[in-house]
Amino acid sequence: MTESNTAPVTGAGISKGAPRRGVPIWAQIIVWVALLGLLTIVAFGLRRTQQGTVQVGDIIPDFTLTFFDGYLFQGKSEVKLSELRGKVVVMNFWASWCKPCEQEAAELEAAFRSYEKGGQVVFIGADYVDTEPEARGYLKKFDITYPNGPDLGTRISQMFRIKGVPETYFIDQNGKLVYAQIGPFASEAEIHAIIDPLIKK
Amino acid sequence: MTRKLMIILTVSLMAFAWATQVSAQTPLPSDDEVNAVARQLFCPVCENTPLDVCPTQACAQWRELIRTKLSEGWNQDQIKQYFAAQYGARVLSEPPRQGLNWLVYIIPPVLMLIGVYILFRAFQSMRKPVLADVEIDESKIPDSDEYLSRIEDELKKRN
Repeated sequence: MTESNTAPVTGAGISKGAPRRGVPIWAQIIVWVALLGLLTIVAFGLRRTQQGTVQVGDIIPDFTLTFFDGYLFQGKSEVKLSELRGKVVVMNFWASWCKPCEQEAAELEAAFRSYEKGGQVVFIGADYVDTEPEARGYLKKFDITYPNGPDLGTRISQMFRIKGVPETYFIDQNGKLVYAQIGPFASEAEIHAIIDPLIKK
Repeated sequence: MTRKLMIILTVSLMAFAWATQVSAQTPLPSDDEVNAVARQLFCPVCENTPLDVCPTQACAQWRELIRTKLSEGWNQDQIKQYFAAQYGARVLSEPPRQGLNWLVYIIPPVLMLIGVYILFRAFQSMRKPVLADVEIDESKIPDSDEYLSRIEDELKKRN
């Protein structure tokens, strides 16, 4: 019986060893890297949505708000948050289509007028995703005299990560958020209760 | 007769004096024209609601805004850009092709191609394998192995 020194053979003399086919390594690496990249982007997006509104103690990023025609602050038609250091800032987000906003409009205006002469408190209104004619109608209806402007591109509201309107943010003299009011104020006294301790410091 | 002529002449002169230039009124854009633009936008407040079907008062105001812009001669692209500038790029039904937004346009076709490739390979593996033409070295077939002979006969029959 002769010994065979060739490749293993079956009894029929047929050789084994068909080439193994699969996905190339480079393709697998690309797919996994792409998948991980996608998951990272999704994770960042989810993290942002879970963040919630800005938290008390956070420093509010600087922004510039251009007012509607007819509104001025210290002679200028726009205001930059960083220029208001040393003052308490009341930042109110509203919209003409927002019914709860109407509940607090008079209270905010009254509070503004009570602090106006002191010069220590600045009220600013940002109109959120609104149309200008309706926004102006709202301002006229409630005789709002503190500076208001449209939040173009929702840039400012995204900084605050607002969930809706009305929302009002109280920023202290150092640019730090000290209070966030989600929903309308029930009375002017509530506004005073937040601001008075800040200006007495 | 002369008096009648004078009256007619006077009335005609008065009519000419009061005549003013008349121009055809530009009709307001129709609801279909407004919705053709609104369909390409999302309600800035309600999530995932196209502006043409959004039932809220605010959406009705935005649709009227589109009508106003159309009547002022703005085209669709200008109106969409205006809305994006006012309310953010998220109001556009088609994200602008910039930054990470490119992923929205690239990933679906790539995933589709990968899926097609996977299906192709799967179908390929399901096909009946074709036996290779192999030269059978009959000298290696042990004559005395009856079992192997029977297998060989069966294989030849199947071929």
